[in-house]
Amino acid sequence: MTGSTAIAFAIGLPLFGTLLVMLNHRYPNIREAITLLTATCLLLIVVGMLPEITSGAQPELILFDMFPGLPIAFKVEPLGMLFALVASGLWLVTSVYSIGYMRANKEERQTRFYAFFAISLSSVMGIAFSANMMTLFVFYEVLTLSTYPLVIHKEDKDAIAGGRTYVGILVFTSVAFLLLGVVWTWFLTGTLDFTPGGILKGKADGPVIGLLLFLYMFGTGKAALMPIHRWLPAAMVAPTPVSALLHAVAVVKAGVFTVIKVIVYIFGVDLLSVTAEANWLIYIAGATIIIASLVALRQDNLKRRLAYSTVSQLAYVIIAAAILTPISVMAAALHIAAHALGKITLFFAAGSIYTAAHKTEISQMNGIGRRMPWTMGAFAIGALSMIGLPPTAGFLSKWYMLHGALDSAQWFPVGIIFLSTLLNTAYFVPIIYRAFLRPEDVVPVHEHGEAPIWIVLALTTTAAGTVLLFFMPGVAFDLAQQLAGAAK
Amino acid sequence: MIAAHLPVLQIVLPLICAPVCMLVRHRDWSWSVALFASWASLAMSWMLLQQVLTTGTVSYALGNWSAPFGIEYRVDLINAYVLLIVSAIGAVVVPFARASVKAEFGTNRVYFFYTSYLLCLTGLLGVTITGDAFNLFVFLEISSLSSYVLIALGRDRRALMASYQYLVMGTIGATFIVIGIGLLYAETGTLNMVDLAERLAHRPSSRTIGAAFAFLVVGISLKLALFPLHLWLPNAYTYAPSMVSAFLAATATKVAVYVLLRFLFSIFKVKLSFGIMPLDNILLVLAVIAMFAASAVAIFQKNLKRMLAYSSVAQIGYMVLGISFANVNGLTACILHLFNHALMKGGMFLALGCIVYRAASVNLDDLAGIGRRMPLTMAAFVVGGLGLIGVPLTVGFISKWYLVLGAMDRGWWPVAVLILLSSLLAVVYVWRVVEVAYFSPVPPNAPAIEEAPPAMLIPTWVLIGASIYFSLDTELSVGVANKAALQLLGGGG
Repeated sequence: MTGSTAIAFAIGLPLFGTLLVMLNHRYPNIREAITLLTATCLLLIVVGMLPEITSGAQPELILFDMFPGLPIAFKVEPLGMLFALVASGLWLVTSVYSIGYMRANKEERQTRFYAFFAISLSSVMGIAFSANMMTLFVFYEVLTLSTYPLVIHKEDKDAIAGGRTYVGILVFTSVAFLLLGVVWTWFLTGTLDFTPGGILKGKADGPVIGLLLFLYMFGTGKAALMPIHRWLPAAMVAPTPVSALLHAVAVVKAGVFTVIKVIVYIFGVDLLSVTAEANWLIYIAGATIIIASLVALRQDNLKRRLAYSTVSQLAYVIIAAAILTPISVMAAALHIAAHALGKITLFFAAGSIYTAAHKTEISQMNGIGRRMPWTMGAFAIGALSMIGLPPTAGFLSKWYMLHGALDSAQWFPVGIIFLSTLLNTAYFVPIIYRAFLRPEDVVPVHEHGEAPIWIVLALTTTAAGTVLLFFMPGVAFDLAQQLAGAAK
Repeated sequence: MIAAHLPVLQIVLPLICAPVCMLVRHRDWSWSVALFASWASLAMSWMLLQQVLTTGTVSYALGNWSAPFGIEYRVDLINAYVLLIVSAIGAVVVPFARASVKAEFGTNRVYFFYTSYLLCLTGLLGVTITGDAFNLFVFLEISSLSSYVLIALGRDRRALMASYQYLVMGTIGATFIVIGIGLLYAETGTLNMVDLAERLAHRPSSRTIGAAFAFLVVGISLKLALFPLHLWLPNAYTYAPSMVSAFLAATATKVAVYVLLRFLFSIFKVKLSFGIMPLDNILLVLAVIAMFAASAVAIFQKNLKRMLAYSSVAQIGYMVLGISFANVNGLTACILHLFNHALMKGGMFLALGCIVYRAASVNLDDLAGIGRRMPLTMAAFVVGGLGLIGVPLTVGFISKWYLVLGAMDRGWWPVAVLILLSSLLAVVYVWRVVEVAYFSPVPPNAPAIEEAPPAMLIPTWVLIGASIYFSLDTELSVGVANKAALQLLGGGG
């Protein structure tokens, strides 16, 4: 399969899967099988593209012109490849998990769930492979709309309200800020193609660059920079597989992916390092890291604590990119993969606890590690990755982040990274301590052991992946390094 | 042979079919006559557009009496584009009308309905195609009078009042227009548009010309429903039969915008309209107010037709904003939005027509859970709504892009921001409908409602589908709009 055909298939296959899922509404087993099959095929297609990318090629696919001179076009570059790998791999795992979760909790409207999941993955592939900012914007908006039915899945009052916040914030930021930035960029440069070294050099002076950066960073609501982060905790009304999708597979990753892409390929690392008006980004990102961690400390609801942890971790990616050295950009890319694996494990664990024990608050979880050793073991690994300790993937990306910051003698990010590591420890370790070392005091409604096998299978896979990525970072590392090369 | 006489055939065919409809008293036969006339008009507009694109402006002397004494039909790019819009909407709406009119209007005297519709179509096509200022007024009156009849035929008792209100305001508007034309005639001695343009260019600006300009702009703005002269629109669209709302929402105001473009750019030309008269600032302020105020009012409407009516006032604000920029991107946005809005709004009103057909109400309170019972209809409505917001992959996005670019070209940065902020208001009123239609439980004593019949769904989805298709393949819509904009700015036409 040639590169451009692979791109077309990667985007089209999940849509085809959606159709088949909807047609098999009455046959749940066939429907689930289709989801798994589609996810597997997508993963194979994406993996199949890998050799071409690692050898330095960048397959392209140009479709029609949306505006004269602005085509819907795709081009696979290292960062996009990394994102696509993470998303497609985790879709397969999440599908396995979803089957277990949705069936065990006897959720309604499962067809709609699987259908829109697939559409969301298709838009993610579109974002990952986009060759210009217009294509990315189109798929970015489609992603917002296709995840809405997933967020409001339960259709109760809280879900609808949460959905409103979700769509409200994301659409507001993307229209009022991001679209304005995109049109402005087009107006200034006459192109929106992602180009190594950026397209804005010499086209605008300092204050305009600073303002444009503001529009892009706050326009990318999915990256959850404070104060645009509110949609993330609001989206916790969704069932856990959706939270896993939002936080690890698709939505937030699309956000920070866009951030890195814009910094490296629209502005250019060099341009930003000499523009003083762009310095605010590192401080806002740093503040987000710390404030989100502080808020996380105070949450008793497990999913909410994880939500704020995500806000904090996303800001890691942004701050790494904002350090503006090749190594830190590499670290940012690595962290996309590392955080995805770690966070999805944590969310799977949270869903597992809800399914088996119907518990949602951390204060109820004393002693649960003895009943659910696999779940809490996986949780512990995920937590270690968030904190950034070996032998988990989170350690790798943090190491390179520090490396990059120290190299360019930027002490602010160094301080932030140290402080936040302490804070991460403060809000994750107590959960593990409670689970394993405290006696059970909140008696569960009924006796329970581990969660259903599908769920346990999924979370052990991702936990293993987190550790594996530490020992064999191979592919992720190579792609990240290639990106760093483009950022020079 | 036909090709040479296309311009006059475009008018004569629907005009002759109107009395034929009257004579053919049977309900379905009169519908067939209307259908034939609409589809034939579409074919002719398409052929005319192709002619203009290949050979340039088409000029036709009525009765072989040459201009400036005879009436000339003059088709350049902007006309051909608007002719296509009007006839296309007509061609899609008439198949829909068959079932819809039966339900809303009863079976008595349906032929009156189709006769009025054909006269309205003739009038609108005539306004668009003519190159003579007084002839324009005549056709404008034909289309207005027949639309008053069409609106009054609505089932609700307030339809008559709404039609009367429109009649009063519309007549004021038309009177202003004819006064303006009269003043121009007094000043220049000609009624032919090309001749007028030439003679006005050579005259020093006088009070007569200024007065003519003012009367014309105000009169046309009333027909256009530019804030604050839009007061007739909400009632007219709400109480008219569904097919009429769809047709008028998609055509009448578009034709009025065309008339404004014709007078401002071809006759008075940019130097007078925007240089000497401060029209850019006036239109800018009114347009921005329309965009925000009308959208805000739409948010609070429970009657979905009224909500869409206010939304139309806001969308007309966008078109007029494009005119106020007086640059290529702004005009392209305006002309493009004539096409795009016709597709979206036409489709959404047709979807409401489907709902009226089954549920007999368009009040949000009565429509809880309707998304589940009429999935295809509500899906069409939602896609149209996404277009109003300006989501990519809908035509609304394309229009917004050009509009924002136009603002940036002009250097009016705050306006660019305002355009984007106002589209966010649409999110609120569209999402309200989504939540009620899909996520509200169906009340236990609600009557059983099923999906609308294919005869009504297909026209709805033709328009909505087009609103998605033309966001991907913009060659026709944007290409012609762009060329037309350049032609207008060059003072051509």
